[in-house]
Amino acid sequence: MSHLRFFLFLLFLASSIASLNLKADTIKVGVLHSLSGTMAISETTLKDTVLMLIDKQNKAGGLLGKKIEAVVVDPASNWPLFAEKARELISKEQVDVIFGCWTSVSRKSVLPVIEELNGLLFYPVQYEGEESSKNVFYTGAAPNQQAIPAVNYLREELGVNRWFLAGTDYVYPRTTNKILEAYLKEIGVDESDIKINYTPFGHNDWQGIVSEIKKFGSMGIKTAVVSTINGDANVPFYKELANQAVSSEDIPVIAFSVGEEELSGIDTAPLVGHLAAWNYFQSIETEKNTEFINAWRDFTRNPEGVTNDPMEATLIGFNMWVKAVQKVGTTDVEKVEEAMLGIAFENLTGGVAIMNKNHHLSKPVFIGEIQDDGQIEVVWETENLVPGDAWSDFLPNSRDLIADWTKPLRCGNYNVVTKQCAGQ
Amino acid sequence: MKRSDKHNRFRECITAFARPKTNRFFLPSVFLFFFNLLAFPAFSAPQDIKNDQNILREEIKALSTAKLRSIEPILEQLEKRGAIYLPLFQALLNGQLYFKKSNQDIVKLGKDQKGKRVEEDLFSNAKRPIESISEYKKIRTNNRLRVKLREIISRLELESQDFETRKSAIFNMIGKFQKEDIDFLQKLKKQEENQSILELIEFAIALNDVKHSPILDTRIEALEQISGNLDPRVKNTLNSILKSDLLLTNPSDSQILRPLVETELGRIAKKERFYSVLEKFSFGLSLGSILLLAALGLAITFGVMGVINMAHGELIMLGAYTSFVVQSLMPQQVGLALIISIPIAFFVAGSFGALIQYFVIRHLRGRPLETLLATFGVSLVLQQLARTIFSPLNRQVLSPDWMTGSLVINPIFSLTYNRLYIFFFALFIFTILQITIKKTSLGLKVRAVSQNREMARALGIQTNRIDALTFALGSGIAGLSGVALSQLVNVGPNLGQAYLVDSFLVVVFGGVGNLIGTLVGSFSLGILNKFLEPELGAVLSKVAILIFLILFIQRRPEGLFPQKARTLS
Repeated sequence: MSHLRFFLFLLFLASSIASLNLKADTIKVGVLHSLSGTMAISETTLKDTVLMLIDKQNKAGGLLGKKIEAVVVDPASNWPLFAEKARELISKEQVDVIFGCWTSVSRKSVLPVIEELNGLLFYPVQYEGEESSKNVFYTGAAPNQQAIPAVNYLREELGVNRWFLAGTDYVYPRTTNKILEAYLKEIGVDESDIKINYTPFGHNDWQGIVSEIKKFGSMGIKTAVVSTINGDANVPFYKELANQAVSSEDIPVIAFSVGEEELSGIDTAPLVGHLAAWNYFQSIETEKNTEFINAWRDFTRNPEGVTNDPMEATLIGFNMWVKAVQKVGTTDVEKVEEAMLGIAFENLTGGVAIMNKNHHLSKPVFIGEIQDDGQIEVVWETENLVPGDAWSDFLPNSRDLIADWTKPLRCGNYNVVTKQCAGQ
Repeated sequence: MKRSDKHNRFRECITAFARPKTNRFFLPSVFLFFFNLLAFPAFSAPQDIKNDQNILREEIKALSTAKLRSIEPILEQLEKRGAIYLPLFQALLNGQLYFKKSNQDIVKLGKDQKGKRVEEDLFSNAKRPIESISEYKKIRTNNRLRVKLREIISRLELESQDFETRKSAIFNMIGKFQKEDIDFLQKLKKQEENQSILELIEFAIALNDVKHSPILDTRIEALEQISGNLDPRVKNTLNSILKSDLLLTNPSDSQILRPLVETELGRIAKKERFYSVLEKFSFGLSLGSILLLAALGLAITFGVMGVINMAHGELIMLGAYTSFVVQSLMPQQVGLALIISIPIAFFVAGSFGALIQYFVIRHLRGRPLETLLATFGVSLVLQQLARTIFSPLNRQVLSPDWMTGSLVINPIFSLTYNRLYIFFFALFIFTILQITIKKTSLGLKVRAVSQNREMARALGIQTNRIDALTFALGSGIAGLSGVALSQLVNVGPNLGQAYLVDSFLVVVFGGVGNLIGTLVGSFSLGILNKFLEPELGAVLSKVAILIFLILFIQRRPEGLFPQKARTLS
């Protein structure tokens, strides 16, 4: 029913936008998340998160004395449509900032538009790195804040020495797996002990692949699956694992795209002990987190609503933007972008996230195990914050690159060897 | 489930002894008795052990404050006390071990028959209801600890009185025995009376001998004994023999042993290849049965009636949501709910089909392009309807117990039950449908109308009514496949889209208007897919199949089984 309400809300919003368009006493925030199609399962939540944050900010007096107004569009899990909608948001609606995108392919599609029109995008999802744009702030994890620590945990704690990298066939899993493969080889894993497998979006017949995993894992060396499987395909994947009796004790699966939200569609009893790596878990008990969970449940009127990592990333991004705008007293993209660097905001799980000069955050990394109630309990965490690395140190093409948006460098891909900025 | 039942039985057996002897002096001796009976000899306890419950209770309190890393050494200490801590280990393994926040007491939190949480004492059978879960805190474990716990439990249960417990303990420990455990295994063998467990022990001994025995004859004998066994532990042991120094008393013997081991490995590899082909074949049949289910409804509406129904996938989705709704209405009866939802899904999807036919398709007869567009619109409407009513998130449909797990034929080949059931369900639906079309008067009329509408009408058949019924039948079948799919894939608004294209492919490939064609088409596509997948990867194999189909349709536009046309159309 909340969606019916949302639908009415959208209608109301659309009409109010039409009537308010002439008045310049609001600050417009674009929300670019799929509300239909295969990614709706993950992205709808983020749209609601932004709305909740705006609502809260408005109740606290708005921003620069003005009310914040959300402009919600639906790119419908259609990657080219993301670019069109982004253009519409910036050119037509004249929004000051956009919160949006989930899959890397949608971000890649939006990127040229944002750069051309000099917009501002906050991207709240863990991704493959190898990018740093002047106009984008990445509040999700880079590979060194998720994938690399996860692999280290498996090696050191569980003694894993054989790796099955399973992913959905698109840019995020392909790049992440390339980084992981290079990293694993560098730390001395034999080539025959690494296997990479890709499946299409929404793949639902996992019998063959799970049986392959089983065979791969029965060679007497401790084996783990590193899963970059995205979206819907996870449910049948985990179901098949359970049915073919692949237990987390024999072959643990660590996932980078499975959070509390995705688990809410599965009976997690057979998955207990499989792992997930994120920068936030709902189960982490802190005052701020409890407050956030309650606020979320109130806002969605769902007493059992779950929260996840990209939601926290959205929260941090939004609040950092608010802080930056307050600092410079304007929503002008150039000024806000400069003011963003160094802005700090408290994580929900303790500690403070800092926006680094490469437009990535410093964050804590958590490894958790799936519980039978669909929650993920922390079994390992980093002692300090890990700064996000835009360009991986394990790929030959990006090893020498850094991103630094402070003066005088102001470059997203500066080569420290040739001392040159390749530009955008 | 089975496992914990076994443990409970075993626990009751302990406590049955303990219960009548509330007498304080007797208790320790009861425990001692069990202790001697069950404890692993290598870990015999220190002499000064006091089996006083209070001491034990204090001892395990260390668990409440321990960090994850420091739990392992505590467990190793506790294991030395022997079987008395079995309930503790099992509760910890099953995630039922908690401590009271007030006094750090370690207790097990179980559930009574009504599903209410109760506190269970670890040393007696005492149970009491709890007030609030917030008074307790769970003692956490991780993967590594659980592996450790399983090993400890197996070790403690090796000499258990319960036959099933003992059997699974020995099975779990095979491959984990060390060289020096051979004497212990021999001792176990002498004690054992049960034939099937004896075989397991002999297997464990042979596996140990083949790797560690210094005498060539013993090794060869052991090799013969494990020959033909497909347990991966055999293969791994043999492989590790080849890699390492053989350490025989007579080094020249190794030249005799090596080729023997290699031959055996070759034999295993040959068998593995055979079963892997068989496995692919069974996977193909299973995928084929899903394609068949998805395509059968379409074979009626598209194949027989000639209506291009783009909302076919959404009718499947309706069936899947029906099983979700029925299940949430009767959450205690998962299996029954699934069976009940079969007729309900047929009815729901069928009536939606009838509505679509009545309001949309009826008016567009003979205009396939408009029908295509209109039904595509209907499919979008239905998807959004599902999104509005059930949210865009996937809904969870539980599988009943009898549909989970797999039928193990040998250690490297097994069939999962859910796919087995769905395979037979698909064949069943196919048979029913085939009989309906071929043998009933409705089927006769359907065929008559599809072959020559005017003539059928002239012979007094109410073609409009038959159209509505046929479409409803096809839609109802789509609903049935939705119920089956709810057991395998996501139940969400996009469920149907994934199957729409596949269904059309199957129907066109098999031959429009021919149910047998749909059957053969779906199974051959399924099997082809599963044989290509390991070679090309999931993405490329789909591409390859599409290319194959395009070429095939180019050569034979009428599909595998062309309909013998009696009309001039």
